[in-house]
Amino acid sequence: MQQSPVLELQKPIVEIRNVSFGYEAARPVLRDIDLAIERGAVVGIMGQSGCGKTTLLRIIMGALAPTRGEARVLGRATGELDRDALYAMRRKMGMLFQFGALFTDMSVYENVAFPMREHGGLPEELIHDLVMLKLQAVGLRGAAHLTPTELSGGMARRVALARSIALDPQLILYDEPFTGLDPISFGVIVRLIRELNDSLGATSVIVTHDVQEALGVVDYVYFMAAGRVIAKGTPEEIRASPEPFVNQFVNGKPDGPVPFHYPAPEYGADLELAGA
Amino acid sequence: MNRSTIDLWVGVFVVMGFVALIFLALRVGNLASFSTGETYQVLAKFSNIGGLKVRAPVKSAGVVVGRIVEIRFDNESYEAVVAMDIEQAYRFPRDTTAKILTSGILGEQYVGLEAGGDDKMLADGERLRLTQSAVVLENLISQFLFNKAAEGKPAEK
Amino acid sequence: MSRLASVRGQIERLGSGLSSQVWRVGFASRFLAYMLLHSGTALRRFHLTIAEIYFAGVLSLVIILVSGLFVGMVLGLQGYETLQRFGASESLGVLVALSLVRELGPVVAGLLFASRAGSAITAEIGLMKATEQLSAMEMMAVDPVARVVAPRFWGGVLSMPLLAALFSAMGVFGGYLVGVQLIGVDAGAFWSQMQAAVDLRNDILNGVYKSIVFGIAVTWIAVFEGYDAVPTAEGVSRATTRTVVTSSLAILALDFVLTALMFTGGNGQ
Repeated sequence: MQQSPVLELQKPIVEIRNVSFGYEAARPVLRDIDLAIERGAVVGIMGQSGCGKTTLLRIIMGALAPTRGEARVLGRATGELDRDALYAMRRKMGMLFQFGALFTDMSVYENVAFPMREHGGLPEELIHDLVMLKLQAVGLRGAAHLTPTELSGGMARRVALARSIALDPQLILYDEPFTGLDPISFGVIVRLIRELNDSLGATSVIVTHDVQEALGVVDYVYFMAAGRVIAKGTPEEIRASPEPFVNQFVNGKPDGPVPFHYPAPEYGADLELAGA
Repeated sequence: MNRSTIDLWVGVFVVMGFVALIFLALRVGNLASFSTGETYQVLAKFSNIGGLKVRAPVKSAGVVVGRIVEIRFDNESYEAVVAMDIEQAYRFPRDTTAKILTSGILGEQYVGLEAGGDDKMLADGERLRLTQSAVVLENLISQFLFNKAAEGKPAEK
Repeated sequence: MSRLASVRGQIERLGSGLSSQVWRVGFASRFLAYMLLHSGTALRRFHLTIAEIYFAGVLSLVIILVSGLFVGMVLGLQGYETLQRFGASESLGVLVALSLVRELGPVVAGLLFASRAGSAITAEIGLMKATEQLSAMEMMAVDPVARVVAPRFWGGVLSMPLLAALFSAMGVFGGYLVGVQLIGVDAGAFWSQMQAAVDLRNDILNGVYKSIVFGIAVTWIAVFEGYDAVPTAEGVSRATTRTVVTSSLAILALDFVLTALMFTGGNGQ
């Protein structure tokens, strides 16, 4: 089914309708997820560790197919794509992995050039110019000759970002981009996410549990818990959310709907005080 | 590391590997003594071949002239039939004798050819009439003992 | 009753262990088939494979050459010791060459290859998996099996026969050094008896076939263990150990099977 490009542009770039997913039928990881990500937005998917947000990300990138429902990314249902169609779709996507996932046997330059070499068939001079352009965008043109082991964590993340935008993607996915960064590197990454999104005309999806940090970057938030979307809205709406779980999470309260104590028998019974 | 350096090393490695293979084939194996030329086949019957094996050499005057290609048992004459390929370059008279010999005491066995005096030369598929079987150690020993016993008898009288 | 239950439990554990092993063999076979089907990149962009020949072959060169030399020298010493009791020390060349070309060359080179190159391949692929480099590649629409695994497989498969040949050649040279130069066996007898007894097809080529089979087995196990490794530091180290153990066992078992097929079937009268 061919759609006109104009219509295509008006539709959300990621559309998740009624998606459920589980490795086993008895224990669903995701339940009835509905979300739509508009073009040009920076959207956060947030929640506690183990709430299913990484699984949702894997569904968006087509690594997993939903058990039920439909996930449409860039206008195509990911679950129905074969390997070639999936790869064709991924060429329009970029992904930043948690710790960068740079290829350790290649220099920074080769890392950024990798996607261009694999897909381009571009002449070497053009690749050189493109790599320099991408590295300049993340401020690391001077580090082109270094190997990934010589980079700090923040620099590695920036190189990985340069690599993930190498093919000018329409959709950029971030998996926990703020983990383990010092405040300066954090500031740099936050700025880059916004700048690259706007200058490339791309759409960004940030999956993270660093709620406070991420709320400053995103335009819109989906808040997940136990496999469901429990809240959504702009950062202001989320901060003001009456939902007790969101409130606990955003403000980092140690006790609340997520209890401080792991479920256990009565304290007294464990200390054998009952008989005394 | 630079790609051309890697290419160089891999080139060196591959050349070394093939040199080793050629060394094994030529110096260790018998490719060099292996004639690629034409051969003709000659048969010989032996009453006992001892430990002769397929691919054993056929020698004449100590020079390898061919190889054993097949050994089978003839059910009519109860003898072993040995087929050998002899290089086309070497011609032998029809009354050539074939003997099964051993190189050294424990060495491998081979077929030795002793040329006769016939004018006609052996042709492909012909059979050598004159053969001498392998010397079997047990037979030799029992013959020796028998002779000793025969020598001893008159002295006892 | 409890004893019966514990026996039953043990049988069940054995059964599930066995079935998971069978499942792994099936998965490994499917993986091999997929890799062979997607070897186009490794062969078309041959410099990828050449780089892996460098890592698997060139970097194993020193250990192979030195071990080959020493194994040959030991064969020379021990062989002479035994042969001279029967007054057959001239056959030293035969003994050294046949044991190397038929058995020790492919087997010992294979074992060394498994522990030097095989473990490195597993560790490298496992580490790439643990640090999400393989996932990153997949997200860039590059098939990691075609781009990372297949070149390593072909690099290993192509290196192994050359390494085994080098090992055998070095071993024969070592035997020559000890037998002829040191002990004083007649050089002419050493070489001529060797040449008379070592057959090109039955001995040398069969040895080469063995090394090809071992190369395929070791590299297959190595890339599979790496690709299938649990993506943590501990998982990678376990996978590396498994590669060395499994491929060593595979070499010895395959060696028996191949020897039985090659040397009893073909050489008989």
